[in-house]
Amino acid sequence: MAKEIIRLDNIRRTFIVGGEEVHALRGVSFAIHEGEFVTIMGTSGSGKSTLLNILGCLDTPTSGEYYLDGVAVRTMGRNDRAMLRNRKIGFVFQNYNLLAKTTALENVELPLLYNSAVSARERARRAEEALVLVGLKERLYHKSNQMSGGQMQRVAIARALVNDPVLLLADEATGNLDTRTSYSILVLFQELFARGRTIIFVTHNPEIAEFSSRNIVLRDGRIISDEVNPNIRSAKEVFDALPNDDN
Amino acid sequence: MNLFNLLKIAIKALGNNKLRGFLTMLGIIIGVGSVITMLAIGQGSKQSIKAQISQMGSNMIMIMPGGESRGGVRQSADAMQTLKPADYQALRDNCEYIAGISPMVNSSGQLVNGANNYPSSVWGVAPDYLDIRKLELEEGSMFTDRDIQSARKVCILGRTVIDNLFPDGSNPVGKVVRFNKIPFTVIGILKSKGYNSMGQDQDDVVIAPYSTIMKRVLSIDYIQGLFASAVAEEKTQFAIDEITEILRRQHKLRDDEDDDFTVRSQKELSDMMSTTSDLLTMLLAAVAGISLLVGGIGIMNIMYVSVTERTREIGLRMSIGARGRDILAQFLIESVIISVTGGIIGVLFGVGAALLVQTLFHLNVEIQLYSIVLSFLVCTVTGIFFGWYPAKKASRLDPIEALRYE
Repeated sequence: MAKEIIRLDNIRRTFIVGGEEVHALRGVSFAIHEGEFVTIMGTSGSGKSTLLNILGCLDTPTSGEYYLDGVAVRTMGRNDRAMLRNRKIGFVFQNYNLLAKTTALENVELPLLYNSAVSARERARRAEEALVLVGLKERLYHKSNQMSGGQMQRVAIARALVNDPVLLLADEATGNLDTRTSYSILVLFQELFARGRTIIFVTHNPEIAEFSSRNIVLRDGRIISDEVNPNIRSAKEVFDALPNDDN
Repeated sequence: MNLFNLLKIAIKALGNNKLRGFLTMLGIIIGVGSVITMLAIGQGSKQSIKAQISQMGSNMIMIMPGGESRGGVRQSADAMQTLKPADYQALRDNCEYIAGISPMVNSSGQLVNGANNYPSSVWGVAPDYLDIRKLELEEGSMFTDRDIQSARKVCILGRTVIDNLFPDGSNPVGKVVRFNKIPFTVIGILKSKGYNSMGQDQDDVVIAPYSTIMKRVLSIDYIQGLFASAVAEEKTQFAIDEITEILRRQHKLRDDEDDDFTVRSQKELSDMMSTTSDLLTMLLAAVAGISLLVGGIGIMNIMYVSVTERTREIGLRMSIGARGRDILAQFLIESVIISVTGGIIGVLFGVGAALLVQTLFHLNVEIQLYSIVLSFLVCTVTGIFFGWYPAKKASRLDPIEALRYE
């Protein structure tokens, strides 16, 4: 059995909105092991955003316990969680969140800037490596506003990988992209999965579940299904089958 | 995160918004620049005023015969004959704090040159008189101690007197004018000084050796007063004390006896001067403070806008591991860079403006090193002070909210 990266024990998250309690998560438990590619699905209001924030150590559960790579997160302070995010998690956002007017390389270096153990030279080397890995070898010095959506998302993925995280956390990572580019990004995720990366991909698009190894569905703050996908579709095949508009 | 990385991030962020950064700096540039220029002009005019006042003789001391009162009865100074030429000699030989001393005897009368005559008064003095009253010769020479010993009948004329006695514009030097029927040879001409602040014509003056006036004109053995100048304005009080002590000894006055002379200085003048210049400095400091404050508020405003505008960026930085204090430091460093860069440009601008004022308006300008150091410190503090609130706000953002901010 592979190493356990994530363990959620009866996670509850309650918000107080306008004097009323809103139960966003009502007891969620699951474990994710190293090398899994898990999609978390749910409609809006299902609690998936809250779950994503908790998984990403941006938020803490009201009750229950969350272990990330064996570390209990719930009782951690803000600064410790920031450190944890810096070392163990790579975020990929729907809208990329790249710094404007900044080169791909500098964008990818960013997480390492907040890690004083990494020297400037080391930082540049690792950022370049990550960019090569996502297929942007030729775009190291392009600024974020000179790139297409797909390229920007690749930069964002490289940025998520540069600190060698135990968990890659994607939030609707293909949501802003056209079909063709979406598949090319899915291809990249599947490549990373093949290399043994642990990926959690939060989405409301059921199609994406076909490309992951496991699918968790949330509704009204509870898990309604948690299934391993026995027939993972190859995103590359779908991508290659797509008509190429450029020709 | 180390300081170098923070600096890099801040410079990068400022570089992305050069125009805005520059406009923000403008507040500081103008603030610091005006401080330096104002203080330079202020100090320059202070020096000018000081020079002008000392031109008027701020270190001048007058010694008149007669005490303030004697036996309760105030006396007319004219009636006093307590000052003698010997007192002059004693003061001249023994005083350390006086730069020059001259006796003074005065006689009014009619000056005659051929068909022209003019009513004036002749001042009998010693050669030091020129220095004490800041008078200069335009032509000819001053009489000497030797002329005084021999009581030579020579005189030096002021411009107004010359205009009246020599209306044809001929050179009076070497000519003989008569004063109360006594012939005096003109040996020099005083440089014109114009009217003083009291409206007196400073050129309506005739000076001659005091011995000549005493012996040949007035036939007296006492002097009517003494003019002296202290070595420096701030030494005036020492000089007064010294003069008083020497004269009391000279006049063999017992401790319980009042002075039989009066020593006066131009203290009011110098007091007025220091009050004026202090007021000027205070005024300039106030202007400086206000402009720096306005500049600081400009920084706060822009940093506040910048924080709001970059909320998503802050959210991103937090999500990839920036702690609150990293964000705080980043924005604080940005505002300090703005204020310090603005400060540097402001110093250059201020020095340049001061020099320009000097060249264009011929004002005396003295650039103060302390004003440069001070305004530099102040603008750094301004940057930290006014950058603190927006930076603190940025550092307290909730990363989840910040990431979602539209």
